[in-house]
Amino acid sequence: MTDVVAEPLRTGESGREAPAGRADLQIVPTRALPAVGVVFALLVWAIAANKLWPLMFLHVAFGAAWTVVDLFLGFIIGPIMRRLPVPARIELTMNLMPKTVLLMPTLVTVTLAAGWQLGTVMGTVDSAYFHHGWIVASYIVVACMAVIALGLLSPANIAVLFELKKPHPNPAVIQKLMKRFIYAAGFTGALQLGILVIMTRIRVG
Amino acid sequence: MSERALPPVTALGMASLALILAGGIYLAAHLPRQVPLAPAVVLLIASALVLAINLVLLARVRDFAWGTFFTVGKWALLAYVITAGLIEYAFLRDGLSGGPLVVLTLSIVVYAVHVPVLIAFTVARYA
Repeated sequence: MTDVVAEPLRTGESGREAPAGRADLQIVPTRALPAVGVVFALLVWAIAANKLWPLMFLHVAFGAAWTVVDLFLGFIIGPIMRRLPVPARIELTMNLMPKTVLLMPTLVTVTLAAGWQLGTVMGTVDSAYFHHGWIVASYIVVACMAVIALGLLSPANIAVLFELKKPHPNPAVIQKLMKRFIYAAGFTGALQLGILVIMTRIRVG
Repeated sequence: MSERALPPVTALGMASLALILAGGIYLAAHLPRQVPLAPAVVLLIASALVLAINLVLLARVRDFAWGTFFTVGKWALLAYVITAGLIEYAFLRDGLSGGPLVVLTLSIVVYAVHVPVLIAFTVARYA
């Protein structure tokens, strides 16, 4: 993970102006909304059909994507951002953050909803299941991730986009919010490794 | 960057979410057996209380970007009502009923209100 604000604000120190904001920046990329709608429709269909393969596909595919995105943001993008000059960080933020506004909630919702339904189909959420302790452990880890994602990650994501829409965004505010976002993503990514351990342990039996 | 003194809205929001999640885990961990609802109800009441305290503390803040807060809040509320609806649908699809359904539905209401408050607060504090 990285300390996005550890480096001094080069913009302010050198006297250069912070880059101008983009009034046309979309907080929610509306062009991607139909794709999200399709994914949610698939989720509802999979739950209604209650069939093993669609639920397994949605849970595994979206869960893997959630893990990879969290780890990528926290451990790859974070350190890269630290080395970039402030204007470049802001440019990267402007291009990256609108995508995560829709991507992250979609990945989380589909993974958890499909996972719960999959558990009812396979009987793994039943308290009589022989790996019940591991299942409860996964609930606890997911709850920790949910609190961090809902309380820190998602609000920081939206707030940084509003700051970037201003005519003169404050680099200090952007860096503070991005630090919060990257740390939260990295921490949930680390917790995801715990989920991987639990899930593979359950699968092996 | 100067920081204004504001109530600990984010910390209280996270505590409230943690309480309802703890209640949910308690109920889920005992499925399909019937278990006493009291622990889950206590956690839900505590969570709702924290939500109420958070709203009161926030309402007392002067010189706050309330316009931004409500603009962001209403759209966030719409988004989280949709996700709450999906969760509720899964509960109903699985035949959940009675006390556990009431507790989990009210927990979802707390979630669908508190998360938009956190998002709107974070945006408005820097507006």
